[in-house]
This record gives sequence, C-alpha cells and structure tokens, in this order.
Amino acid sequence: MKIRDLGELAGRNLREALLRNSLTTLGIAVGVASLVAMLSLGVGLQELANQRLSHSGLFDAIFVAPHSNFSAFGRPARSNQQPPSSESLEPPRLLDEDARQEMQHLPSVTEVYPEIRFPTEIRFKDNPYSTVVAGVPMSAHSGGAFDGMKGAFFSSPTADETILQIEFARELSTQPDSLIGQEIVLAYAERQPLPAEPGEKNPAAGGPGQGAPEAGLSPGFSVVPREENLRIVGIVETQPAAGFGGGGTGRVLIPLQLAEKLRAAQTNDFREILGGTPGKANYQSLTVRVTGPSAVKDVEDAIKGMGFSTFSLLDATDNLRLVFAVFDLLLGIFGSLALVVASLGIINTLVMAILERRREIGVLKALGAADRDVRRLFFAEAGVMGLLGGISGVALGWAIGRAMNFGANVYLHRRALPATNLSSVPWWLVAAAISFSVAVSLAAGIYPASRAARLDPVEALRYE
Amino acid sequence: MGPSTDSFAIQAERLTRHYHMGTAVVRAVDDVSLSIRAGEFVALLGSSGSGKSTLLNLMAGLDRPTSGAIFAHGRSLAGMTSEELAQHRSRTIGMVFQAFNLLPRMTLEENVELPLRLAGTERAERAPRVHEAVGRVRLAERLAHRPGELSGGEQQRAALARALVNRPTILLADEPTGNLDSATGDEIMALLREINESLGMTIVMVTHERPRAERFAHRIVLMKDGKIESDGERP
Repeated sequence: MKIRDLGELAGRNLREALLRNSLTTLGIAVGVASLVAMLSLGVGLQELANQRLSHSGLFDAIFVAPHSNFSAFGRPARSNQQPPSSESLEPPRLLDEDARQEMQHLPSVTEVYPEIRFPTEIRFKDNPYSTVVAGVPMSAHSGGAFDGMKGAFFSSPTADETILQIEFARELSTQPDSLIGQEIVLAYAERQPLPAEPGEKNPAAGGPGQGAPEAGLSPGFSVVPREENLRIVGIVETQPAAGFGGGGTGRVLIPLQLAEKLRAAQTNDFREILGGTPGKANYQSLTVRVTGPSAVKDVEDAIKGMGFSTFSLLDATDNLRLVFAVFDLLLGIFGSLALVVASLGIINTLVMAILERRREIGVLKALGAADRDVRRLFFAEAGVMGLLGGISGVALGWAIGRAMNFGANVYLHRRALPATNLSSVPWWLVAAAISFSVAVSLAAGIYPASRAARLDPVEALRYE
Repeated sequence: MGPSTDSFAIQAERLTRHYHMGTAVVRAVDDVSLSIRAGEFVALLGSSGSGKSTLLNLMAGLDRPTSGAIFAHGRSLAGMTSEELAQHRSRTIGMVFQAFNLLPRMTLEENVELPLRLAGTERAERAPRVHEAVGRVRLAERLAHRPGELSGGEQQRAALARALVNRPTILLADEPTGNLDSATGDEIMALLREINESLGMTIVMVTHERPRAERFAHRIVLMKDGKIESDGERP
C-alpha cells in the first residue's frame, strides 16, 4: 500500500471514532504542552542568565596584565597563567601601547582598552558631589547594558557628554529624568609630565592609558586642576561593568576616549612611580573584548604567548552551561512524564480500535492486505495522533509560557523591576517536541499495531 | 510435489486442517484431494460444520493446512510466507462473503476501490477499473451510496464488484446468497454464472442450498465431516 493511501485510510479511521481519538490526541497535547512549558522555562531562564551575564561584559572579555601585576592584586598564580620558566627570570614584558596595538590586531579581537576610573568632584548647580568617574567604550552600547536607559548613549567617542547612574542622579535631583540635557562640571586633576633632569628618562609620564611617553621627561609628574563641562545625555539603571579590574564601578560615565584625553590622575599613578617601572609608558591593565565567548580561549592563548597574564570567566561559563543542561534535563524528565501517561492513552485507544475493527481487519486481509499493511495502518494512526497532539501541544505549551511571562511581568512591574521573559520557545524546541511526540506515539503504537497485524483473518472474519 | 499441469486453477492433495478445541481435535478438513480446472464453476455443498468454508479459506490462503498440499495455478500455498499469501489473495483471488463485509463508513466506490489501494495500483488506473467492475454488476448509479443505503442484493453485488476489481482468476464465494431472499439470491447466482461464462473465471462457491447449486454450478462437491462425500458434474 502506498504512503498516501495509508495516510488517507488512517485519517478516515481516526475520523470514524472522532470523540475518542480527539480525547486521546488532547491527552498527548497536554503531555507535550507540559514538556514544552517546562523546557521553555529552562531555556528562558538560561537565555535570561546568558543575556544578563553577557550584558555584564564579563564573558566576552579578557583581562590582561603584566606578569608582575597579578601578584600586586594579592592573587595566587592561576592555572591559566604562564608556568614559571627560565624566561620568568627575565624582566616581564611591559603592557604598553605597542602591546595594546599588537592585541588589537589579533583575530576575533574587537576592542582593546584600558580601565580608566578616577575619584573626583562633580559640581551641579554650584553644589559639589564626590563620586567616581569611569570611561565607557562605545562598544558597550551594543552590549545591552544600556538597554532601557533613559535619554541617549554618547553621540561620539570624544563627546563632552555623560551618562549618570540612577542612584547618583537621584542625589542630584528628586526628578532624575529632568537632568537630561543639563550640564555638570567635572573637576579633576590632570597629570602633566615634568621636564627631565640631565641624564634621566621618564618611565611613567604617559601613565596608564594616557598615550605614548614624551622623550626627555622626568619620572614624576605634576598635577594641574582642570574642569570640564559635560552635558547629561542619559540615565542608566544598571551599573555597566567595563571589565573586572577591581574597584567600584563609576557613577558618572563618560566616553572612554574622552577619559583618555583628559589625562586625569588615577590612584595607581603613585604606586607606579614608587615601583619605579623601568622603560616607557605602560598600562596597569587592559581589557580585550572579543567577538564572543567562543573566541575567548584562542585570544587568551595568543596574549599569554605575548608574555602577559590573562584572566577570563570562560570556565565559569562552562560550569553555567553544565548547570543549565542538568536543569533542562530534570525539567524535560518531569515534562515527559505527562507524555508517557498520554502514550498509555494511545495504547488504550488503539487496542479498543482493534476490538472494534476486528472484522474490518479480517476483510482487509481477505482483500489482499499483508500483515505489514495492517501494522503500518495502525502505526500511521498512532503517528497522526502524535503529530496532531504534538502540534497542538506545542501551541498550548507556548501559550502557557506566554501566560507565565505575563504573570511574571505583572509581578515585576509591581515591584518596579524591568520586564523579562521567563519562558522561551525556540524553533529547535518546537521541532524536538513534535518529533518526540510522534516518536512516543509510534512507540505506543508498537503493541497494538503488532497485535492487529497478527490477527488471524479467519477468526477476524468470523467475529460479530 | 506440484500438479502435472497448470490448467488446474486449484489442486488439493491430501489436505488436512485440524483445530484444537480444549483437548478435543476437530478435523475440519480431513484428507481432502480435489482438482478444480480453470474456468470451472464449482459448488461446495454441505451442511453446517462439514468443512466447506475451511476448505475455501485454505484455497484463499487465509488459513494454512495442518498437512497436505494446496496449489493455485501450480503454486504451492503451504510454502508461501504470509506476505506471499497476501499477494496471492490480492492478485489471484476475489472473495465474496455471506455477510457482504463492506466497510460501512465508505461509499460503494471507495469499497470497490479498496483492493486497488491495497495492491498499490496507480491512482489514474483506479477509477476506470472501479467503473468497469461496478458496471459489470450493474450498480454504476449507486457509486456514491454507503452500504447502509443499499439493499441486501445491491450490497452483495457491490461486494462482487469489489472481488472483481483486481481482475482475479479465481472467485471464492462463501454462502453468497445466505443473507438474501430467494429472488435476489437467484439474481446473484445468475450474475456469478455470467461472470464465469463471460470472463472464464474459476468460481468456487460454498453453499448449503442444493437446488441453487444444481441450477447454476458446473460441478457439485459434497462435503461431510471434513471429507468429500461425492464429487460430480452437474447432471
């Protein structure tokens, strides 16, 4: 018998006992819906976690420091640092502008920038406020950390603009939104190189993130008070991180290139001078951003090969994936239980159909149907119920997911928290759920189909 | 051992079919040898339980013998797999039953088309074959009706059309007039005779109605207790 004929006969048989077959299909649909709702919750939470973590800027970033600097952070040597060797007796390579450019040209690297963060004073309407200013790379805009911000992101990398963190904005005004468009004055200390004394070279005039050194300068620097007018263009609720260099995040955010241009003195400048770092200007640390978490390892290896220490949260991401895989597995098992129960309904329905259609099976065999045809016919009926149950179950599961999202967002809204999606039904889940439903239904059809195929035609024709 | 010639449509050699009912053994067909020539119209006559329907089922390949051999056009049915037996029923045999056995949810046209579906016949070929078979039993105007909307005689004619649609060489009829009144029964018998004569089709009919068998069949095989009691040409 041809597939099309098989499908037509199966469809006809299913329509014949419409109520019973519809109820069985509904049972499958409820089972699939339970599975889809459970897994969509797992997938949604995983996506939410991934989204939040990627917005943190931690999982596509590599923190780079000269070998000596990790000990300065008081950390023990990590497994992803270079093992000690004979080369470690040599002076560590400086993290200077040349190294920054070299990293910038590595494959998959999108951006290399220093961490610039300095405590300072802000004046707004003649009132002083102490706070921390941080440079933010332009790439942070697309990272998602500024999603939902009020106002706009910086118009250019060197614009005299600032984005305030909401808590700081509330200190300035009881109506933070009204601050957008107004100006604040940034008071800071600009470091200026001192002229070198005869026979002396300046190792630190450029300072971290402050460009190339100038020849013939002293190792120290002078500090000159400066002011910069900044227009408030936006207010952000989250605290976007620019890396993991330690210290608190900034509450007044300015474009990174502007921050570099200001040459503001930072707290570690003094430590650098006291440490007497030899050679030319260098950075305390750099953050290397790559195209995605998958590129982190290769770039990290390349940077280690250049003689620097690196740190990334790649291992933490792997662990997170493992946790979610186990979580999804558990949700899938619980969700599948309902489908297993539904499969018992299929067995029951088809066994009933054999009893009812016993004589018909005998007629089919008398007319030339092989055992295989009868088996395939019952399989097709089970498969059609599985397919219809799978499709409607996915729709139902999706609707349950939407209801969960709606309920969660109502709850979050009442607590003035940003809206989020707890449940997500990706295409792979749709395809997998329908396939699983058909597979379970076919498996449930094995026994009834075999029983129908084995039916003795003489006995079946005698049946009243 | 096969038959000497394939001019025999059916040959049974010491054919036996026993059933177990509890501890008792029922000898439904007991050491029967029978040869039916192609084109013959044979009536298997006997009372209820004489083994005539069991013999018909063995000829159809619906049942397997306990011992002995049965051949259809020289091919041994006893040695066939269930798949081959299904093909035998599809290509060689047409069957008509006492209870018609039409599928009630299908129209007459769909019922007649069913053996073509099972045989995997191309769709384009089906409609002309169905119309040919239905025309032969003179039911062309009832194609869209369901069995419940047809009279007993029409249902049996529809069943006959279904049996003919695959153009079998052997038609097996199990009490085809058993559920019909006398006049309608005669109509069906006349139709069987017409098919036998016009198509040269071998017909083996099980019946317990001797007068009707004597009127229409070429040959009457009388069965009793699973054995052939007499086998002779119609006088």
